[in-house]
Amino acid sequence: MVAGQDQAAAAPAIDVADLAIRYGGQLALAGVTLQVPRNEIFGIIGPANSGKTSFLRAVNRMDLLTPGMTVEGSVSVEGKEVRSWRNAYALRRRIGVVFPLPVGLPMTIYENVALSARLRGTRNRSDLDVIVERCLRRAALWDEVKDRLDSLGSLLSGGQQQRLTIARALSQDPSILLLDEFSIAVDPVTTMRIEEVLAELRAEMTIVMVTNLVQQARRLASQTAFFLTGELVEVGETETLFEGGARDERTTAYLEGKFG
Amino acid sequence: MFEATARNRRNQSVEGGFRLLFLWMTCMLILPVVLILGVLIYRGGPAISYEFLLTPPTDGMTAGGILPALIGTVWLVVVALLASVPVGVAAALYLSEYAPDNRLTRAINLAIINLAGVPSIVHALFGVGAFVIFFRFGTSILAASLTLAIMTLPVVIVSTRESLQTVPRAFREACWNMGATRWQTIRKVVLPNSISGILTGVILEVSRTAGETAPIMFTGAVFFSPFLPQSVLDQTMAMSLHLFVIQTQVPNVPEHVPFGVALVLISMVLAMNGLSIAFRVYLRGRKKW
Amino acid sequence: MNAAADRRDLSWWVDKVAQILVLAGGLSAIVFIVGIFLFIGREGAGFIFEGFSLREFLLSPRWTPTSNHNPTFGALALIAGTASVTGLAMVVAVPFSLGAAIYIGEFATGRGRETLKVLVELLAAIPSVVWGFVGLSIMNPLIVRVFDAPVGLNVLNSGIILGLMAAPIMTTIAEDALKAVPDTYREAAEAMGATRWQVILKVVLPAGRNGLVAATLLGVGRGFGETMAVLMASGHAVNLPTSPFDAVRALTATIAAELGETAEGSEHWQALFTLGIFLFLVTFTINFLADVFVRGGLPGRRRRGRRPVASANP
Repeated sequence: MVAGQDQAAAAPAIDVADLAIRYGGQLALAGVTLQVPRNEIFGIIGPANSGKTSFLRAVNRMDLLTPGMTVEGSVSVEGKEVRSWRNAYALRRRIGVVFPLPVGLPMTIYENVALSARLRGTRNRSDLDVIVERCLRRAALWDEVKDRLDSLGSLLSGGQQQRLTIARALSQDPSILLLDEFSIAVDPVTTMRIEEVLAELRAEMTIVMVTNLVQQARRLASQTAFFLTGELVEVGETETLFEGGARDERTTAYLEGKFG
Repeated sequence: MFEATARNRRNQSVEGGFRLLFLWMTCMLILPVVLILGVLIYRGGPAISYEFLLTPPTDGMTAGGILPALIGTVWLVVVALLASVPVGVAAALYLSEYAPDNRLTRAINLAIINLAGVPSIVHALFGVGAFVIFFRFGTSILAASLTLAIMTLPVVIVSTRESLQTVPRAFREACWNMGATRWQTIRKVVLPNSISGILTGVILEVSRTAGETAPIMFTGAVFFSPFLPQSVLDQTMAMSLHLFVIQTQVPNVPEHVPFGVALVLISMVLAMNGLSIAFRVYLRGRKKW
Repeated sequence: MNAAADRRDLSWWVDKVAQILVLAGGLSAIVFIVGIFLFIGREGAGFIFEGFSLREFLLSPRWTPTSNHNPTFGALALIAGTASVTGLAMVVAVPFSLGAAIYIGEFATGRGRETLKVLVELLAAIPSVVWGFVGLSIMNPLIVRVFDAPVGLNVLNSGIILGLMAAPIMTTIAEDALKAVPDTYREAAEAMGATRWQVILKVVLPAGRNGLVAATLLGVGRGFGETMAVLMASGHAVNLPTSPFDAVRALTATIAAELGETAEGSEHWQALFTLGIFLFLVTFTINFLADVFVRGGLPGRRRRGRRPVASANP
């Protein structure tokens, strides 16, 4: 048991081998093998329909809730194969997710952030207060909403809803945070603020950041993977890739903006 | 150039003519009902009084009021709702939140369509065969209400499913991604945001249940009973059957009495329906996202 | 750490139980449909397996179940009664509800359209016993006066009543079918210079054909199964009708009128349940066909299944 724990502690945050994902038999992503080290920001770039989102969905076992989606190969989170979890919900609780389009749930701002704790059985109001304030502060939203925590989260502006979504993900106290093109519906100023937040969070959790902005990956990610039409073209140190050290010419072409 | 214009003008008038024709057809569907309502109010209105609503019938149902029938209808509707709403909401939750696109789901959908399409008298026969005879409830409110419940189940299922589906999938995904179970997602996000729509469907069901006659004729409703029902195993009078009885089975009923009963019955039904529609319009105007 | 987290906790079990309960709710619809068939069959079985002759049932117009020496159970007159009333109802309802659907779906706009839809919905809410009452006490004297007929309770009366009853649901389904025709079709036709009416006639109606067939089928099913209105307005005489002014008796009305006066378990009782099975099978077939058409496929073409929200895109 102790040995197992050591092993788990040493394992990469996410370890993927020969991953293939299909929707209703149609291949969306194949032949993906990569490792996401702990406490780093890992960038995933690539044009639309490259399988980036599918990759994230395979990590937190959303295939269970997506009709027609099947996953082959192995996906391990912190040393444990995700499909060997008996309680997939417990797995998802450890993994925070932020979507391309912000989703403020139609409940109060307070309840949005307290929801995760409530689902785990926290009833004590002062405990919830602490969680809500901490997460909203870390998502750089607290100052804007602290006086109206009782208003509907779904009626905030897009940028605020995206930070609310991040606060909600943080309220899960996750060890892994998956971000799926979080800046798509957000203004540049908010994007910069969120990027600052992510840079701070790196110390505490592993962040996988799918992005359509290659410069965003360059600013934040220590390693970057390039997905293209359902295939992993290459993974490497971000700086190496951007400094012209890509092994595959398609990566260089994409990074130079020749397509995508 | 000029020819084209002339053709356009002719087309315009053809179109105007058809437009009028279809408007007329629409009105022909609605107009008779307006007239019928007018006649019911004109001829049944004078019959309605507090005494009419609050006393039992007397003199072989040729005089007196309709109290036992009113109370009986309330009993039948309430017991039917208690049976059908939980089952119907569960079925709608299954179809909306769980069901994969497979044969079983298609079979369930087909069964629902048929429950709605089977003639009411066939539901009555089922009620007699199953509840009155096989389960030995006898002719009782219980048997009649269960028959009504099964008959109106599709109303609850269809309206509940529709209101569940107005909740965007993104909200469900957000919850699932947080590690919420399907049921937690339903309880915390889906139901709170569709409960008013479900309520609209339930009101609609009340209106349907209150007006049905055939399913209760042989299962629990009686022509005449001077007593108010005390339990679900009692028989009862009901508004719809009472209208049928005094119009066809009882001689020498003064004309205004059946008109009064019909007016009360249709007022109940239309009021419930109107309430359901008003509620729906109100909900549509109130956006939460 | 992982091992500790990966427990099937309370919420996992609650979720499982909830899943089983809602599945039971869904299955109940199937249970009820099968139950209807079984329980009615159980009551009618004695007759079906002994006194029943399909030939007599379908071909003899003599329905004399209470005759002491020679009861006969020919349902032809009852079937003819139901068919004549339903047929007349469709003559009334099909054009008018199609017209109303076209007006509401293609011409009316905004508030007027919403109002008309609400009115149509309210029409559908009127209980059948009230319709029967209207047939008996309003239409009856009206027909006697207008047509100088001896009695006003006949095919004409109940056909019109039934037509008005079936029209709302037919209008609603037909309008849905027209609404399902993509706007791009209309725009493409209009871009070619077609008028509104030409668009409707040449594009919208053909494209919505399946839905319109389904609407008619559902109307037929409604008319076939209607009980109280037909019982009260059709005159209730076992009769092969030759004119709209003949009184007839429908299958449904026969059950409603006779079941209360029949001894439980007698041959007559069993014969009435056999009528019920017949009604059930016919309406089941009609509804099944209507469903096939609603789903947009003639049999053979691939069905477009309704996908649950959980698998639909937002």
